[in-house]
Amino acid sequence: MREAFLQENLMQPHSAIPFWRSERVLRAAAQVLFVVLLALVAGFLYSNLIHALQRRGLSAGFGFLSLEAGFRIGETPIPYDPGDSYGRAFLVGVLNTLRVTGVGILLATLLGLVAGVARLSPNWLIRQIAAAYVELIRNTPLLVQLVFWYYAVIFKMPPIQESLTVGNLILISQRGVALPEISVTPAFYPWLGVLALGTMAAWIVWRVRQRYHDATGRPGYAWLFAIGIWALFVAVGWGILGHPLAWERPRIVGPAYEGGSILTPEFAALLVGLVVYTGAFIAEVVRGGIISVRKGQIEAARALGLREGQILRLIILPQALRVIIPPLTSQYLNLAKNSSLAIAVGFPDLFSIGKTIFNQTGQPIPAVVLVMGSYLAMSLFTSLLMNIYNRQVRFLEK
Amino acid sequence: MAVSRTLEPPKVRVGPGEWVRKNLLSPWYNALLTVIGLWILYEVGRGLAVWALTQARWDVITDNIRLFLVGQFPPGQIWRVWLSLLFSSLLFGLGGGLWGGTIRQFACALGVAFFLLALLPASWATRGWLIGNLAAILLGYGTGVWGQGNPQRSRPLRYATIGGWLLLFPVLVMLLSGFSGTQVLPRVEAGLWGGLLLTFLLSLVSIVLSFPLGVLLALGRRSALPAVRLFSVLYIELIRGVPLVTVLFMADIMLPLFLPEGLRIDRVVRAMAGFTLFSAAYVAENVRGGLQAIPEGQIEAARALGLNGFQTTFLIVLPQALRLVIPANVGQFISLFKDTSLVAIMGLLELLGIGKAVLANPAYMGLQREVYLFVALIYGVFSYAMSYASRRLEIALGVGER
Repeated sequence: MREAFLQENLMQPHSAIPFWRSERVLRAAAQVLFVVLLALVAGFLYSNLIHALQRRGLSAGFGFLSLEAGFRIGETPIPYDPGDSYGRAFLVGVLNTLRVTGVGILLATLLGLVAGVARLSPNWLIRQIAAAYVELIRNTPLLVQLVFWYYAVIFKMPPIQESLTVGNLILISQRGVALPEISVTPAFYPWLGVLALGTMAAWIVWRVRQRYHDATGRPGYAWLFAIGIWALFVAVGWGILGHPLAWERPRIVGPAYEGGSILTPEFAALLVGLVVYTGAFIAEVVRGGIISVRKGQIEAARALGLREGQILRLIILPQALRVIIPPLTSQYLNLAKNSSLAIAVGFPDLFSIGKTIFNQTGQPIPAVVLVMGSYLAMSLFTSLLMNIYNRQVRFLEK
Repeated sequence: MAVSRTLEPPKVRVGPGEWVRKNLLSPWYNALLTVIGLWILYEVGRGLAVWALTQARWDVITDNIRLFLVGQFPPGQIWRVWLSLLFSSLLFGLGGGLWGGTIRQFACALGVAFFLLALLPASWATRGWLIGNLAAILLGYGTGVWGQGNPQRSRPLRYATIGGWLLLFPVLVMLLSGFSGTQVLPRVEAGLWGGLLLTFLLSLVSIVLSFPLGVLLALGRRSALPAVRLFSVLYIELIRGVPLVTVLFMADIMLPLFLPEGLRIDRVVRAMAGFTLFSAAYVAENVRGGLQAIPEGQIEAARALGLNGFQTTFLIVLPQALRLVIPANVGQFISLFKDTSLVAIMGLLELLGIGKAVLANPAYMGLQREVYLFVALIYGVFSYAMSYASRRLEIALGVGER
């Protein structure tokens, strides 16, 4: 009986499995079924779409991009006037998004670093303030914060004639924020050459001193020498060529600021909102990274005789960075994506201009494809860069 | 043999003076930081208190409280909102009585909130409903405690409570939207939902719908079938690569084009679709993390026991994986709750949208601070409650400790 069962079921592994039980056939069939179903759904939606577009007399092409846009844009990093094409208007939006994202990432990282370290401070009060900041910001929607910054903070600032000032360098009013602007003089580029020479010389001296140290074991003061040489070059270049940089204070002239670099109220509100919001998230990332380094590592480094600076540079940072980089990347990406909320404060970023273009042309598909495609490209590019960097940090850690 | 015994670490009693010296003043720069911190706190606190108590016009909130809470929901039908609230209060009470712990804390907090709100000046009908809610919590709690000690009573009660929570969603949607052509529950179009009610409904519907979709996408991403895998990967990465506003924008302008002629859907429903599609991609990535954490041995063991692929996935892998990712998903749902504010950009009247609409009224011009602070406060209270619950849940589940 048992023998027969085995004979029947197990002893013939290669007896032909009926095709409806063969895993390969089943898999292929399942995929074909999935693709067919998907195609059916897509086809149904597509035909609906074509009908709907026909009914409204719309096309799905991108030809309209070369037509005249005809609308004004409040802030233009490149020259633009309403006579330019939709394509150029969209480019202005893309550049605006990149501008606010770039500055935002820089400032949010600084703020997050400070707040993250403050959350681990030995000072109880500082710890509590940092914790309150993080909790308060993380538990309210970014959009509410943005409209608050714009309508309830910047709009309630004094009028331009009574601008708040910080040491006469920074002026703040309803009309935005004016910062001193640093500009280059004709001496700048030759001076840059001197700077490059100095860097090269410093590097060579550093290598020589380091080799001397490695060979003899006596202190080489490599950094001291390198910085000294570099400073010498900078100073000599400055003395011969004159000031490479000039800076200009903003002034109030009538109803506007003049001189300096001026942040419009929209840009300022968006920037502050994004920085304060993302900073709270980065603070948590930084804190997580620092506490992920085991105490034993620091104690071991001390036992080996490393100095505090060396411990931070050689033990804590490399290990903390490995933990920090991946979530930090996603925070940067979040900031870039969140900058699309600019529309709520009237800043002409790429989403806001994309929407304006849609409202004018009534072309839904190209508008959506353009806007989503731009963000997608930005996201993919950033994660590519960060992956490369991440791999390097990982490599160093071994 | 001498038994070596580990000595307890010496107990150090720290007096208040010592504590202050150690935590606030220890090296000189910490003392400086403390002084600066105190000064900032004093300035901010004083400014805020002076403004909130003497300058702020809170009447913009009290005059429009109904708008903030339910928007333009027909006043005659408001009892349906109250009834939904009553149902959830009862469930909170029952849960608190039966399980204790965090649910009890929430039930208590809710009860206290209802009690305090009933003390505020309001119409007697409103007060009645508030007291009714308080009574529902107490009733549920009492029943729960009564059943808790006795396994014969607690078992059916627990099942009933869990069933009630599962039923809450469909009951809520039916109760609030009603049925066209009936007298008792006339249809209330989704366009009339507003304020906090709309915020809740948007998040609830999107959470409930995006969860199964996300689980399917996560399974698809780990599927052995290349076609399914490719589709899931493309979908997840596409959605995660673009901002939520653009997804909502797409849902708003493209969804009507995709539907057959003559079928129109409300803007609220379009927004819900947008949130669901968006959130599903993030849920999928969370769930994938959980799936990856399940050891291969579990699957092999299930295979060895003769379970088929379907059974292995749904009886062995998913229950363990989902348990692991509950905290991550709660986090996702909290951010979804906050993100519902984005429909204000589409022109819908959820909490923030109502705030903007109220500010457009010339009578309340220039009261942005009051209105936006109030809106932020409401979001803050609910998000904080949810993140508190999720932290407690994390501890209760022992995620990361097993």
